[in-house]
Amino acid sequence: MVTGMSIPDPIDAPPLLEARGLTFLRNEEPIFGPLDFALRPGEVVLMEGDNGAGKTTLLKVLSGLLEPGAGEVRLRGEPLTLARLSHQVALLGHLLGLKLELSALENLRFAIGLGGLRAGITPHQALKSVGLEGYEDVAVRQLSAGQKKRVALARLLLVPAALWLLDEPYANLDREGIELVNRLLELHARRGGAALITSHGAYAYTSGTPRRIRLRAPGQPAQELAA
Amino acid sequence: MSYGSTAGACRALLARDLRLVWRRRGDALNPALFAIMVVALFPFALGPEPQVLQRIAAGTVLVALLLAGLLSLDALFRSDLEDGSLEQLVLSPHPLALLLACKIAVHWLTTALPLLVCAPLLGELLNLPPALRPVLLASLGLSTPLLSLIGAVCVALTVGMRRSGMLLALLVLPLYVPVLIFAAGACNAAQNGLAFTAPLLWLGAGLALSLVLAPLACAAALKISLT
Repeated sequence: MVTGMSIPDPIDAPPLLEARGLTFLRNEEPIFGPLDFALRPGEVVLMEGDNGAGKTTLLKVLSGLLEPGAGEVRLRGEPLTLARLSHQVALLGHLLGLKLELSALENLRFAIGLGGLRAGITPHQALKSVGLEGYEDVAVRQLSAGQKKRVALARLLLVPAALWLLDEPYANLDREGIELVNRLLELHARRGGAALITSHGAYAYTSGTPRRIRLRAPGQPAQELAA
Repeated sequence: MSYGSTAGACRALLARDLRLVWRRRGDALNPALFAIMVVALFPFALGPEPQVLQRIAAGTVLVALLLAGLLSLDALFRSDLEDGSLEQLVLSPHPLALLLACKIAVHWLTTALPLLVCAPLLGELLNLPPALRPVLLASLGLSTPLLSLIGAVCVALTVGMRRSGMLLALLVLPLYVPVLIFAAGACNAAQNGLAFTAPLLWLGAGLALSLVLAPLACAAALKISLT
């Protein structure tokens, strides 16, 4: 059951993602940090924090959309810049990045054109594995909020990114959907990927034992809780 | 594992945006209808004297096309910003400037090109002298892509703000005026039997310059808008 949550990694191999003294300032006010953590292949880390603790901002900094105020993000041991993202990072935010007028399949085909395709999977298979078989040609506008989220999850399965940054992946999902997210995370970890997921704590990553990091108000260092 | 080429990403984006325009074709047709209405209404307001209409024909068609392009400009990046597609574009491993150039091309193809095709007819409505038709088409062919490119930079600067329509118009109009002056200058010179190549060459130079610089400026401005 506890598959791949902490696959032993050669110590000298650089972690997939590493934050060193990471701080983000908005109008000179620190939003979070300083944060230090590392994410190795095969790990799923749950970032917990209350509403407004800066979880979404953190994911944007880690993906390179926002510049950190201080500290640095390293991707496979190299400094992160947008140009270095080359197919390594997939971000699933509150905004799903789906076009409502297009069908689920058309959205996924565009994502593949933009981000590349993982070996051994097709858009049809990806939709099937998120439980949307038969919805291929339905316009995303006509899907429910949870089903839209599932289309976005199918996109994660298709693009060849090793690092998943998921912002509240459990929001809008039913019990079955939450299990689906956990299953996808497990699969991703097992094949050497890593994921950082945020949660305000109402839903939890139940299967396996992910490492947890609690995002706290500035001043107090982020604390790694025992798994 | 296939990472996909930049050319493939551009093709996917062009195909998606053209498909989106087709799905929203009712709305997409508005700017063209607007331009045709403006041109059709002028003779009613100014009276049907052929001399008067002949005098204003080229200028009216130019202004109508400029305003039609402005009408659809605000929507250029807005829906992508609101549904999160823009984040996915920025995070994609392909050069953002190139992807944005594709979006600008779609704007020109869907708003300016249909009007360019019916420009001879619009000229006919206003009794445009036949000798002037090629000059009008040449100046429209050079100025409308230039307007789309300049406009896109301004949209990229303002898209992050709420209700930016008024600000956009204020930003865009001073930049549009020189383009209009050169385009109308060529038509006026031709009408008076003078040499008209110089203004057209200026438009061509402006187009070449902004083809290179405007997408880069757009990319920089959008990254700021996202923060």
